[in-house]
Amino acid sequence: MRNFDYKLPTSLNELTDMLSHGGHTARLLAGGTDLVVAMRGGRMTPEVVIDTKHVEELNELSFNDHTMILGASVTCRKVCRNPQIVKHFPALIDCATLIGGTQIQNRATLGGNLCNAAPSADTIPALIVLKAQANICGPHGSRQVPVEIFCTGPGQTILERNEILVSFSIPLPREHEGAFFIRFIPRNDMDIAIANAAASIVIDSSGETIIEGRVAIGAVAPTPLYVSDVEPVLSGRPIADDVIAQAADIARQAARPITDMRGTVDQRKHLTEVLVRRALNGAVNRARGND
Amino acid sequence: MNRQQVTATINGEHKEFLCEPRQSLLEVLRDELFLTGTKEGCNDGNCGSCNVILDGTLVNACCIFGVEASGGHITTIEGLSKGNELHPLQQTFLEGTGMQCGFCTPGFLIAASALLDENTEPTEEEIRHWLVGNLCRCTGYDKIVKAVQDAALILRERAL
Repeated sequence: MRNFDYKLPTSLNELTDMLSHGGHTARLLAGGTDLVVAMRGGRMTPEVVIDTKHVEELNELSFNDHTMILGASVTCRKVCRNPQIVKHFPALIDCATLIGGTQIQNRATLGGNLCNAAPSADTIPALIVLKAQANICGPHGSRQVPVEIFCTGPGQTILERNEILVSFSIPLPREHEGAFFIRFIPRNDMDIAIANAAASIVIDSSGETIIEGRVAIGAVAPTPLYVSDVEPVLSGRPIADDVIAQAADIARQAARPITDMRGTVDQRKHLTEVLVRRALNGAVNRARGND
Repeated sequence: MNRQQVTATINGEHKEFLCEPRQSLLEVLRDELFLTGTKEGCNDGNCGSCNVILDGTLVNACCIFGVEASGGHITTIEGLSKGNELHPLQQTFLEGTGMQCGFCTPGFLIAASALLDENTEPTEEEIRHWLVGNLCRCTGYDKIVKAVQDAALILRERAL
C-alpha cells in the first residue's frame, strides 16, 4: 500500500480544514471496511487520510420530538443496540444487522455505506423510504439533500469537492407507520445483495387503507433507486394483494439491472418484484403493530 | 512518510511502538510487536483470522490502521489465557477438537470470547450468526459451535 499522511481531527472545523488542504486525493476514514480494502488493492491511493471518528458531529446519535439525528460515523453496531432505533426504525435494524459479519458491523458506518455509493449498498434503500435527509457541510456552508438523490452512479455521489456528509436527519415514524428491508443473497450471510428492497407504509386507523407508501430498490440500477411511481398506486388504496402486486410490478419495471457474476437481468427483475412485495407486506405488518 | 509513535494497551501491558500510517493493526501486531498468534488470512475483512478485541469490540485487525488504535485497549489471542490457565474456550476447543489445522482458531477464539463476554447463554443460532465472519476450511463448524456452547456452560457454572 502506498503511504499517506494520517490526520485525526477532533472538530468539524478542523476536519473541513484538513480536507480542503489535503489535495484532490484526500479520503475520509470512518470504519475503513471499504476504504482500507480499496487502498490495499490499489484502487484508491490517497495522499491524506482523515479519520472522522473523533469528530463529535459525525458521532451524534440523538432524538428530538420529530427527528433522529444519526451521525455519519455511527457504526452499525451502535445502531443495532440503540433501544430507540430498535423501537422506531426496525427497518434500519433489518439492514444494519446483515452488513458483513459481527466484526464488520462493529466498524462499518451508515455514512460510509452511503458515501461508498455501491449500487448494492444495503442501508440506502431503507434510508430512502424513511425519508432520511443527508446533512452536508462544505466550504460554502451547509446543505441538506434527500438520500435518494445522493448517489449519482456507482461510487459517485452528489458531494462536491471538500464537502462531507455529517449526519442524517430522519423523521420519527407517524402513528400507524411501518418500514421493512429485505435482500436476496444465495448464502445466509456475508454476501452482497443480488437485489434488495425497502418499503415504508402509513395506514389509517382502521388498518385497512394506505395513506402513503414508499419503495426503494437496490443492486438493480447504477444507484439505489427510489421508485416514486409506486406512491400514487398506493395512496388511498386498500391494503390488498392486488394493490401490493401492482406496486411490485411497477418496481420491477423501474429496475434497470445488469447481468454479472451475481445474477442476470431476468433474475434481478424477478427478485425485485418478489422482494418489493415482501417488503410492502412486512411494512404493513409493522404499521399494524405486529412484529 | 515518517513513522508515527503509537501508544496502546495490549493484553494489559502498556506498549509504545512506531508504525507507518499504511501498516494495518495486523501488520503492527505481527511485525512490530511479534504477537504472531493473530493470523493473516484473506487480508480484506472476510475470514476473521486476524480478529482482536479493540476497546471492547470485536474487529478485523487487517481492516484497521495501526495508527487508529492509538490510545486503545487491545486483546489478542496471546492475552486470552490467564498465565497457564486456559480460557474456557481454549479448553473446550481442545477437548472437543474444535479445530483441524488450527490457522483460523485464534480468530474463532477471540470472536467467541467477545460473544461470551456479553452473552453467556447464546443459542446455537446466535453462536452461528455471531461467527459468520469467521471462516474455517477444515472442520466445518459443528464442533466449533459445540465448543462455544460447552465454554458458555463452564462460564455459567463458574458464575453460580
